[in-house]
Formats: sequence, C-alpha cells, structure tokens
Amino acid sequence: MPATTKTNFQLVVNGLLNENPIFRLALSMCPAVGISTTVANGLLLGVAVLFVQVFSSCTISLIKDYIHPRIRIPTYTLTIATWVTVIDLVLAAYLPVAYKAMGIFVRLIVAFAIITMRLEVFACRNTVTASFWDGIGMGLGFMFGMVTLGAVREVLGMGTFLGYDVIGFRPLLFFVLPAAGFFLVGFMMAVFNYVETVYHRRAKRGA
Amino acid sequence: MRKKVIALTAAVVMLAVLGLTGCETGPRFIKQADFDETHGIVLTFAGPVDADWAADKANFSVNEKPDPDILLNIESVRLDPGNTRLTLTLADALNQEQPHQVVVKDIMADGKPLGSTAVTVARSYFGHLFAIFLGALLIQNFVFSKYLGLCVFFGTSQKKSTAVGMGITFTFVIVFASLMSWFLYQFVLKPYRLDHLQIIVFIGLVSLTVQAVDTILRKINPALFKAFGVYLVLVIANCIVIAVPLILADNEYNMFESLMLALGAGLGFLLALFLMSSVRERLEFANVPVSYRGLPIAFIVAGLFALSFMGFSGMSIF
Repeated sequence: MPATTKTNFQLVVNGLLNENPIFRLALSMCPAVGISTTVANGLLLGVAVLFVQVFSSCTISLIKDYIHPRIRIPTYTLTIATWVTVIDLVLAAYLPVAYKAMGIFVRLIVAFAIITMRLEVFACRNTVTASFWDGIGMGLGFMFGMVTLGAVREVLGMGTFLGYDVIGFRPLLFFVLPAAGFFLVGFMMAVFNYVETVYHRRAKRGA
Repeated sequence: MRKKVIALTAAVVMLAVLGLTGCETGPRFIKQADFDETHGIVLTFAGPVDADWAADKANFSVNEKPDPDILLNIESVRLDPGNTRLTLTLADALNQEQPHQVVVKDIMADGKPLGSTAVTVARSYFGHLFAIFLGALLIQNFVFSKYLGLCVFFGTSQKKSTAVGMGITFTFVIVFASLMSWFLYQFVLKPYRLDHLQIIVFIGLVSLTVQAVDTILRKINPALFKAFGVYLVLVIANCIVIAVPLILADNEYNMFESLMLALGAGLGFLLALFLMSSVRERLEFANVPVSYRGLPIAFIVAGLFALSFMGFSGMSIF
C-alpha cells in the first residue's frame, strides 16, 4: 500500500465506519465480548486503546526509516508493550476502582490484533500526521463499537445507562450474563451484513 | 550385578524411610486435622482426652496461616463419644483455599497435662493442584468463561484437523512459555522490584519462545514442523498466551501450580476448539440465513457453548 492520499477527516471516518475494528474487521473480539457489560467499561477501555493506538502509531511512523524489515514485528510488539505499561500504571494509580472492574483486560491490550495490524498496514508507510489521525480514527472506531455493545447490554440487562436508571426495571436480565456477549456480537455482525447486502442491492438497482 | 541392584534398592528404601520418619519431630498428640463442611475443623487425637478440658473454648485458637494475629471466632467445641474426635465449629465460613493453623493449649488426657501443640489444616496438596487444573480446563475455561483468545479461536475452528493441530501446538507453547515466565518473574523481576515491566518482559519472552520452538523444530523434526509449523505463528496472536503469565504473577503461584494452570489453559483451549469445530463442520450443510453465514453464526454457537459451560460454575471436587 502506497502512502495514503486521504485527508485527515477521511482517515478518522474510515476508522469509525468503513473499517470499524470490531464490526467490520472482526479484530479484538475478546474485550468486545468480555467486558462490554456497561457503557462505562466500554468507554474506559476505548480510551485506553485510543491512547495506545495513537502513541504507538506516532512512535512507529517516527522511527520507521530505522527499523530493519526482519525485526519489524518484534519492534511493534515492544513499542505497544511500552505504551500499554504506561496506560496500565496511570489507570491503576488514578482510577483504581474502574481499573479493578476491567481486570486483566487493560494489560491484554498488548495482544490486541487491531493495534499491530494498523502499525503494519498504515503507520510504517505514512507520515506522523497521517498516522496520528489514523490512530485517532481506529481508536474512536473501537470505542464506538465498545460503547454501542455496552449501551445495549446495560440498557437491556440492567435498565440503566452509565449507572443512571432510565427504564426503571430490568427488561432482559439475560444480557448481563457474560455469555450474552457472544450472542450480541453475533447479532450485531448479522445486522451489519444485512445492511450491507440491502445497500448493495439498492446500488445495483439504481445503476 | 543382580546383588548390586538389590543392595542399591535396599539403600534407597532405607533412605526413603529415614527421610519420611525424620520429618516427624516431637510427639504427635493430634493424628489428623481436616476441614469439615464449610464452618468446621475436625481434630483426631492419638488417644482419649478429658471431656472437661475439651469443653473449654479458650483452649483452642484458629487463624489463617498468613495472618497469625487475626484469630477466628470459635462458636462451639464438640467431643465425639470415645473422646478422640473433636469438632471445632467457627462463627464464619472458612476460606479453605488458605491453610489454617490450630493452636491447642495444655492438652489434658487422663488428668495429666501433655503440653501445647499447633497443627496446620490444609486441603490436600494434590487436590489443590487438581482443582487449579480443572478450574482452568472447565470451570473457568479461558475461551467460554473468560473470553480470551477469540480471534484465533474463530479463525482456526473451521475444520477438526486444524482445530486439533492448533490446540496441541498451543498447549506445548503455553506450558513452556508459562514456566519460563514464572521463573523469570520469581527470580529476576520480583527480587529486583521490576514488576512494572512484566508486560514488556512477558510479551518479549513469549515471542522468543515461539521463535525458538519454530527454529528448533524445523531442524530436529521436519515432519512435525510440517504438521504444526503453521500454527506456531498464530499462537502469538492469542491473548491467552500472555494472560496466563500475568495471572501467575498476580496470584503468586508456585511452580507446580503454574504448570497446572498452564496445562489446564492449553487443554481447555484444545477442548473448546474441538467442540467448536465439530459444530462448524455440521454447519457447512445447514441452511443458515444469508446475513448470518460465517462469523455471526459462529458467535451464536459460541454463546450457546458459553451458556452450557456456565453449568460448571460453582463446581468443586475437593
């Protein structure tokens, strides 16, 4: 892939919709199923991933001319691990309660395929500015997916949104169960597929 | 030659007997100490003790081994007929994961004081290890109960042969990598207070292990490499392989516990892959709605498995 010709705004939208990490690329499914039980959890992990993605992308695009191609994957991994350590220690120090709720997942950001994949596909071929905006787009796309899942599960399961009571009762307690994460992600993917097929059919008819 | 073997065996047996009996120091008034249900501890004495002495709660004290200054509340003491079996009932449920210490003061038997003694009550060690293994394999299955390693799980569960190959490769790598990271954590990171570097060190170690296994296998056994080499690269993309060392470090497991957790995690992943691939091979022939084909239906199948694996929760064997 040659250097991108997209504008900064297009890069952000690309990450949010066309190449949404969770629903379109189907990467980083573990947190999407595991801790999307509430909006707050999704938001916090989204912020952590956004931070790691942006800083790793910038770092790699800064030093891309000095990385030997054969050791590029280990370099990516160690770069990501460094930034994950930073966000891990920051969260543990300033938001200990929320950090505990997310358990091991903050530290597992290091193994999320989406970040390595963006470094390999985008950051090592583009300028720092473009990589920065691509990182923002991907991070926001991930956050968007996590918050959507979290909102559905929290509203349907607990009847609350961000901890505030909105419905007054618990419509479907089933959605709080961890296993419901699998079902919900499956349904959401099916909806995205359906929208896509309908869209294509319309486009064909119009042409 | 034969004589030598017999002599050697005899020497080994004698040494073993000496070693076993040598561990016992001092007279043992209490033959056995076990947990009883959730609130009780049962002590078995070597001979009958005095009922008056046993009736006094003040003669006993119970604490968790790591916190000797926090004494637990004893609700009642009951001596069975025969005066050798004594049951201590505590006010609160015991945390049986922890070994407990029972101090018994001034034991009286036949009106003679025999002195004080302390015994440790713990679940049997093998039971404890087996519980860790079973926990990682079924009760807290890494795929269906902890939701880790899903990318690789959905990627390699299309065919049974692929699933089994991936599971076996993964089990080997994770056992190897966990033991190495346990060693590194206990003997390098912890003594030098470098725990905050654990993420960087563990991920580096796992990549190195995978690379090393790749290189060694390629040279030593090309046939095996041909069968399993493709999966090696995928192992590194699996978050279980980095989660297990982190869990080991958090829980301060010792070497055998670490081995059991890693083995359980690996075999649990193999089990999950095998179950999933069996279903997905059937799905090929099923009439699935168009929007659900591929990943969405796989997610829903995984959800059903996760529901059924919830049935294991709360199970305890020992």
